[in-house]
Amino acid sequence: MFFSSPAYASTFMPPAGTAIAQQVDTLYGFLVAISFISCVLVIGGFVYFSFKYRRQSENEKGGGLSHHNLLEFLWSFIPFVLFMVAFVWGWIVYSHLRSMPKDGLEIAIQAQKWNWTFVYKSGKSSSGEFYVPIDQDVKMVMTSKDVIHSFYVPAFRNKQDVVPGRYTTLWFHPNKIGDYQIFCAEYCGDQHSGMLAKVHVVSRQKYEEWLANDEFKGLSLEQVGQKVYTSRCMVCHNTTDEKKIGPGWKGIWGKEEALEGGSTVKVDENYLRESIVNPNAKIVKGYPPAMTSFAGQLSEQEMLGVIEYIKSLK
Amino acid sequence: MASSDPNKNYLNEKSGLMSWLTTLDHKRIGVMYMIAVMFFFLCGGIFAMLLRTELIHAGPTIMNSQQYNQVMTLHGAIMVFMVIIPGIPAFMGNFFLPMQIGAKDVAFPKLNLISWYCLIIGAIVVVASLFYHGVDTGWTFYTPYSIKTMNGTTLVVAGAFIIGFSSILTGLNFVATVHKLRAPGMSFFRMPLFVWALYSTAILQVLATPVLGITLLLLVFERTMGIGIFDPEMGGDPVLFQHFFWFYSHPAVYIMILPAMGVVSELMATFCRKPVFGYKAVAFSSIGIAAVSFFVWGHHMFVSGQSEVAGILFSFITMLVGVPTAIKCFNWVATMYKASIRFDSPFLFALGFLFLFTIGGVTGIMLATIGFDVHVHDTYFVVAHFHYVMVGGTLMAIMGGFYYWLPKMFGRMYNEFWARVTFVLIFVGFNVTFFPQFILGTMGMPRRYFDYLPEYQPLNTISSIGAYTIGTGFLIALFVILHCIFKGEKAPDNPWGARTLEWQTKSPPPHENFYQQPVVTGGPYEYR
Repeated sequence: MFFSSPAYASTFMPPAGTAIAQQVDTLYGFLVAISFISCVLVIGGFVYFSFKYRRQSENEKGGGLSHHNLLEFLWSFIPFVLFMVAFVWGWIVYSHLRSMPKDGLEIAIQAQKWNWTFVYKSGKSSSGEFYVPIDQDVKMVMTSKDVIHSFYVPAFRNKQDVVPGRYTTLWFHPNKIGDYQIFCAEYCGDQHSGMLAKVHVVSRQKYEEWLANDEFKGLSLEQVGQKVYTSRCMVCHNTTDEKKIGPGWKGIWGKEEALEGGSTVKVDENYLRESIVNPNAKIVKGYPPAMTSFAGQLSEQEMLGVIEYIKSLK
Repeated sequence: MASSDPNKNYLNEKSGLMSWLTTLDHKRIGVMYMIAVMFFFLCGGIFAMLLRTELIHAGPTIMNSQQYNQVMTLHGAIMVFMVIIPGIPAFMGNFFLPMQIGAKDVAFPKLNLISWYCLIIGAIVVVASLFYHGVDTGWTFYTPYSIKTMNGTTLVVAGAFIIGFSSILTGLNFVATVHKLRAPGMSFFRMPLFVWALYSTAILQVLATPVLGITLLLLVFERTMGIGIFDPEMGGDPVLFQHFFWFYSHPAVYIMILPAMGVVSELMATFCRKPVFGYKAVAFSSIGIAAVSFFVWGHHMFVSGQSEVAGILFSFITMLVGVPTAIKCFNWVATMYKASIRFDSPFLFALGFLFLFTIGGVTGIMLATIGFDVHVHDTYFVVAHFHYVMVGGTLMAIMGGFYYWLPKMFGRMYNEFWARVTFVLIFVGFNVTFFPQFILGTMGMPRRYFDYLPEYQPLNTISSIGAYTIGTGFLIALFVILHCIFKGEKAPDNPWGARTLEWQTKSPPPHENFYQQPVVTGGPYEYR
């Protein structure tokens, strides 16, 4: 059938990164084809009748039938059958999307406003960059630290809400090397559209190398802080003194900040640490209490790095 | 019945602002709804223009992300709760339901007035949120975001709660009116299809809206008193909120579309000069849609973490709603077979409805197909789909019905040429705006995005240009309507040669609608 050809079906679809994505594209091709035919029938029908049965004289009355059992049965029954085909086909594809393989590489995902953290079994974690080996079942166990987010990779044609207070799961089996976009698909506030990340599907060897690599090796504390900033803090904080969601970092070190409620606080190591671990304890005047805690997400080295980096922004 | 003075009608029977604000006449209340809904539509429309201007190119354009999220929320909340839900039932239904069944008024005129005040008070409460940091939850108020975010959310939720009473009381009134106040001889199967549609809608309003009311109240309790119902930090379940919310809000989309289908049936019969094909099938499909619509809410939650079996069941039941909907479309097309068609602007809007609603319908089936939905869920595909149904469907029907009934409501004709201009602008602009959004969704662009990746740029720009076209169309329509009301030429009592009862009395109608009690001896569309 013409609509099952991948070239046709994948019109407008992003590149497919899994075999199941191609199944979704074939289903999409079928749906577009029957939708198009139905539209042509209905719209074509009334456009034709519009021309054919224009009123010719003021006293003319409409004729024709007002009721026809067989016709009415047919145009109820045929759509019903088509809908059932779509339903069953959708069910089959869905069960492929959702049937978790027994074994596979398990990776934990933590979502929070507004970034993604990927935690590997080796203990390594990364933010914003999600490395997986090709031709491998990858299982994700996901939870959120604040509000509902949704993990969406268009190239895998799959998404799943990430809900606070519970784990949801998702899996995929990448079969093409490449970098694929991750979106947050459930509205989660100011930087919802900035809550982006990338899946990097790489060879097994590259994956092992990446996993063994200590990304902070040989870096100064300030450089470590800068790296952490780029992957986790940049969504909400500028390195200039310009306000984003939270305050810009330039020049805040050592400053007396006015807080909501009238008191002030000096920006020192302890205040910065508290603001990272328990952000709502002291809110700077004029800002919303929008930040989610990073407690347990940053190692001591990363925490010190961020503080060092803020110190350097004079 | 009405006074016999032929110069008196419902508009000039009494005068002064107080005579309007305290009126119990269903027609006057209908006109007050008309004014309110037009005003809300203007506000919601301005917000829509701001949104599309922000999205015209990538990166910040005219506002920041906080402002965008607030504008997006207000656009949705106003358009849903204050425009599309009351649009046809409360405005046109109030005016024409009693007239179409030959009644003097609705069953409970005082309740009817209270309903209007509920809408207005609710609207004021919603607007008050703007002075309390606004609200940025989206019109769906998903928890736990809506529990953690700004103070204004409580007010908007409370406002929607109050507006809910307007909907419930109107529904109650219509059910009672249809059962008790039909003219002699007006059996159920002699009722116009608009009345059938309103009757089905009324049942939904009475049964579904209280669920929304309770849900919103729980949300207010949680926000103000810290009772943990939905927030997992307090031991609640955030997905429970979605179940509650969609248990109302799915039937609500049929509260929005069923009356529109009723209007289109009226327009089909009048401008084709023949009975609607398969009258009983169209009537029963309204009831069928209303009944099944209670059991499909889970299709809003295919990726929410609800069980997979539930997802598959909801996919199946959703397919079933497609059947009565398809029946209606085919019946309307069949009505045009061997008809005698006049292409006045109300009928152009009816055809526009049929065109756009068909696209909205088939994309609905695509979304019901669960294996495909997982990809496009929460993307612009969904945005395009529901705008095709809600705007392409309901708003086209509102415009068609508006032009159709203006001569009856005010006794004056609108300007046909400019009315057609509005049709062309709205219809073309609509497709230019929303068709590209299907493609954006297929490409993977999620909805409610303040900013987007560069590959989505060209289609977004086209979409924004389309939005300005629609905006221009509706602005002209506003002038056409105002011109008609105040300066239009005098209209005959029945300019379209329609057969339903509202056209058999004077334009504008007298205080109690008819000079003598109408007695019905045949069906609503007997043109032969």
